[in-house]
Amino acid sequence: MAELRFRNDEALEQPAVTLDSFLTQSNATAVRLESDEDARALIPHLDRLALVEIAFPKFRDGRGYSSARILREAGYTGELRAQGDVLVDQIVYLRRCGFDSFAPDAPLNPAVVAESLARFEHVYQGAADGAAPVWKRRHG
Amino acid sequence: MYKYDQYDQAIVDARVAEFSDQVRRRLAGDITEDQFKPLRLMNGLYLQLHAYMLRVAIPYGTLDSKQMRMLAHIARTYDRDYGHFTTRQNIQYNWIKLEDAPAILADLAKVEMHAIQTSGNCIRNISSDQYAGAAADEVADPRPWAELLRQWSTFHPEFSYLPRKFKIAVIASDEDRAAMKLHDIGIQLVKRDGKLGAAFYVGGGMGRTPMVAPLIKDFVPIEDYLSYSEACLRVYNRYGRRDNIYKARIKILIHELGADEYARQVEEEFAHVKTLGIDPPAAELERIAAFFAPPAFEVGLADTVDRNDPDFAVWLDQNVKAHKQPGYAIVNISLKPVGGIPGDASSAQIDVMADLAEKYSFDELRVTHAQNIVLPHVAKRDLYAVWQALNEADLAAPNLDLISDIIACPGLDYCSLANARSIPVAQKIAQRFADLDRQRTLGELKLKISGCINACGHHHAGHIGILGVDRKGTENYQLLLGGSGAEDTSLGKITGPGFDEDGIVDAVERVTDKYLALREGEERFLDTYRRVGFDPFKEAIYG
Repeated sequence: MAELRFRNDEALEQPAVTLDSFLTQSNATAVRLESDEDARALIPHLDRLALVEIAFPKFRDGRGYSSARILREAGYTGELRAQGDVLVDQIVYLRRCGFDSFAPDAPLNPAVVAESLARFEHVYQGAADGAAPVWKRRHG
Repeated sequence: MYKYDQYDQAIVDARVAEFSDQVRRRLAGDITEDQFKPLRLMNGLYLQLHAYMLRVAIPYGTLDSKQMRMLAHIARTYDRDYGHFTTRQNIQYNWIKLEDAPAILADLAKVEMHAIQTSGNCIRNISSDQYAGAAADEVADPRPWAELLRQWSTFHPEFSYLPRKFKIAVIASDEDRAAMKLHDIGIQLVKRDGKLGAAFYVGGGMGRTPMVAPLIKDFVPIEDYLSYSEACLRVYNRYGRRDNIYKARIKILIHELGADEYARQVEEEFAHVKTLGIDPPAAELERIAAFFAPPAFEVGLADTVDRNDPDFAVWLDQNVKAHKQPGYAIVNISLKPVGGIPGDASSAQIDVMADLAEKYSFDELRVTHAQNIVLPHVAKRDLYAVWQALNEADLAAPNLDLISDIIACPGLDYCSLANARSIPVAQKIAQRFADLDRQRTLGELKLKISGCINACGHHHAGHIGILGVDRKGTENYQLLLGGSGAEDTSLGKITGPGFDEDGIVDAVERVTDKYLALREGEERFLDTYRRVGFDPFKEAIYG
C-alpha cells in the first residue's frame, strides 16, 4: 500500500503483478516494473492499467525516473507508485517525473515531505508534472 | 557575464535553504551518513582524508571580480587562507567544517554562485573554452550555450541519479582548449550553410578506462540542442551499467553498444523527446546571449608593447596570447610557480587577480582546465602594469604550457581515493626544470599527474603523463607518453615498470633529453614522439 498518495481516486486493492504476468494475463490492472524492465512494453496496454508500481531497489538506481516519464509522456494517467528505497530528498524529483504515490521501505516524515515539496517555486526544465520552466515564465 | 534574474536567484536561495535543512537533520542524527552522502555530494561536499572538501561551481570557468573576491573571503573566513582551482574550472576548499557549509553557500548565493552538482552522479559543472569571447577562431561564443545547459541540467529531475557522474564541455573553435573529446559529452558549435549547429561527441573520458569520444552526430540543428542532449542522457540513464561502478560511465555503454547503435537509439529517443517542447524559444537564447555581448572595446589602440624590461618580455612571450580585438591581448596567470602547489592561490592572490580583472579586463576572469587563471580582455598598453602587479603577488611565473605548468590532482595529501601523492612529484619536477631557459628550449610540453587511476590529474592526456599507484604499500609512479587533450586528442601509452618518487623525476629528464636529441626543426615534444614512436624513448628510459 502507498504510504503517501497524491490522488483523489480510490486506491486500488488489486496486487501488482510482474511485467511478464501482466503481458500474458489480460485481466490484470496493476503491474510492477523492476528497475531494469522496459516501461515502453506497457505502452500498448495503458488503457487497462490503473496502477504501475516502479521499484527502487537502491535510491542510487535512477532508472525509475526515466520509466515514469516515459509512461506519462505516453499518456498514462493512472496511479504511478515509487516503491522501495525512496527517500524524502528524492520526492521532488520523483513528483516531477510523474509519480503520484509512494511506498517507501522506511517511513517518511510527512512534515519534511511537505516542506521539500513546497521549497522550490521555480524549475528550469519541463518534465512530467506540468510545471512551467522558467524560460516560459520569462517569455510568457 | 550572465546575471541572475529573480528566477535564478530564487532557485539558488531555495537550494541554500534546502541544504541548511539537510545539514541540520544530519547534525541532529535524523539521517544517517549513508543517507546524507548523496545530498552533500550533490552540493559539492566531500568527506576527505582530514576534513570536508567543498567544491564551488564556476560555470564554464567565467566569473567577475565580485565573485572572485567572495572566493577569497571564503578561503580566509572558513578555510586556511587558500583555495585550489580544479581541472573542471571550479575551485575547491580543503578544510571545511560541515557546520559552516550552509553559511558558505549563503555567502556564495549573494554573488550568484553555488555548489550545485559539483559532485554526485549527476550532470556536473559545464566546462568551456577559457578564451571564449576573446579568441579569433570561434564560430560563436560558446558560453550562452553552456549557460543554457547549466539551467537545463540544474536539478534535472530525471538525471540526478545517473549511473555515474556526467561531464559536458562546449567549445566553438577547431582548436580545442577544453579537452572536449575527453568528456561524457563534448559539444563543438559549428556552422553549416551559415546556420549554427552542434557536433556531439559522446562517450569520452579518462579514469581507469580512458576513451576518446566518437562523433555521434555531426550537426544537430541548434533549435534541437536541448532535446538532443536530453535524448543522449535518457538512453544513458536507462541503459548505462549500474552493476559495477567502474563500468558505469557512458563511455562503457557506448563502447559495449558501439557508437552507431548508441547513435541510433539516441535518434529514436530524440524523435520522441522533440515532441515534448523541451527546447526554449529563440528569445530565451537571445536573452542569455545578450549577457555575453562583447565588452566596450576601445578602438584604435596601438598593438605595440614596450619590451624593454627583459623579465616582462619573457612573460609576454609565454603567457600572453592573441586577442580577436586589435590592441587587446589575453593574459594567462600561471598558478604554477616553481615549488608551489599546482592550482593553489592564497586569498590575497585571489584578491589581486580580482582587482586586476576589475581594473584592466572588463571585470572578467576565467579559470582554465589546466588550473590557471585568465584575464580575457586586457589592452596591450596595460600589459606592463598588469605584469608588475602580478609579479608583486608572485603570480607572474612565465611558464604557460611549459614543463612546469603541471596539472596535478590533490593526491594522497588530501584525497581519500588517492594511492600516491601528486603534489610533491609536481614540485620536484618543476624544481628539476626550474631553469627557465631550459624549459623554453623544451617548448610546449604538457605534463599531467594523477595520484590514482581515476585520472583527475588528466595523466592520459599529458604529452608526458604520470600515474601514481600503490605497489605493495609503497608509492610507485608509472610514466605515460604521447597523450593530448587538444584537438589532436590522443591517449598516452605506459612506458613500462614504474619508479619511486625520485626515479620518476629522472625518467622524465631522460625523456626530455632524448627529445632534444631527436627533435627536428620546430617540432614540439609531442610531434617528435609521434614521428619517431615509442621505442626510442623506452630505450632511453630503461636502457
